[in-house]
Amino acid sequence: MTEFADIWSYLAQGPLLWLTATLVAYLVGAWLQTRSGKKPWVNPVLIAVAMLAVILLATGTPYETYFEGAQFVHFMLGPATVALAVPLYDNRALIRASALPMLAALLTGSLVAILSALAIARAFGVSGEVLISLAPKSTTAPVALGVAEAIGGSPTLTAVLVILTGITGAVIASPILNLLRIRDDRARGFALGTASHGIGTARAFQESQTSGAFAGVAMGLNAILTALIAPIIIRLFT
Amino acid sequence: MIQSIAILLGFQLAGEITARALGLSLPGPVLGLAALFIAFVIWPRLHEMMAGTARGLLLHLSLLFVPAGVGIVRHLDSLGAQTIPILLAILVSTALAIAAGAWVFTLVDRLTGGTE
Repeated sequence: MTEFADIWSYLAQGPLLWLTATLVAYLVGAWLQTRSGKKPWVNPVLIAVAMLAVILLATGTPYETYFEGAQFVHFMLGPATVALAVPLYDNRALIRASALPMLAALLTGSLVAILSALAIARAFGVSGEVLISLAPKSTTAPVALGVAEAIGGSPTLTAVLVILTGITGAVIASPILNLLRIRDDRARGFALGTASHGIGTARAFQESQTSGAFAGVAMGLNAILTALIAPIIIRLFT
Repeated sequence: MIQSIAILLGFQLAGEITARALGLSLPGPVLGLAALFIAFVIWPRLHEMMAGTARGLLLHLSLLFVPAGVGIVRHLDSLGAQTIPILLAILVSTALAIAAGAWVFTLVDRLTGGTE
């Protein structure tokens, strides 16, 4: 019989183990969220990331080894971004009907997200690559990575900040919007999608279909807007 | 399904090539998204054909963020003292952006006589 350590050292080097672990960790997160009655703070991405991070640290596995397996999942972000054209097209009539409020909310949400994050971080002494990596945090991951690379940030750090922003938005949106007594599902979804991209959109779909559709549109539009304005804003801050 | 995936990848590839060739700071997938949307407007049947696969892919969108999120293990040491300011910046800016965005949406909707 082969020793466990031998099996481990064989598996830990190949992509199979970490690809499987990524899917299983996510399924556990999704299962826990369903069990909790879809509570916003029980977020499947947060749970999966935390579980996998603990496993990597405990087993002394470098991120590079993990990523060799997980890259197959990561790669799908590109085609998934292109696929956003489908919900955008599905909702084109809704979009046309609410074009003006959407445009105003998009510009406001996107600018507030970038400017306030940079201002707060800089006030507390964050600078250089870390500050730059923070700029595209509200846009969807594949776009944020591309933007970070283009403006001199760290794509891997940006990816982490993007995901933290998504989780944060998904958790805080409902309490904040309820406090402000904003009940229009279009406004709720659109604001969440602008600030918290795909993870926010996933949360918006739990509130209502309308909310989710507007969040999806906002995510798509903010992807384009952030790619255009983040490089300009970052020049003002560095 | 394979057809739809090939089309998605094809548009992404075309986007990447365009972005590199023209030296744009727009990421390739975003150009692919815009081009595919235009293609749907021109050929609505393309949308019909791809809708199922695209929705299936987007249904599990949050799974696709997991590998990048695990990248936090690489930055735990290097962030150090900057961790708290970064988390604070993310929390406050996200709250402000959601509040401001939703408020402006309802305001402009009312000003332009939208239906609610």
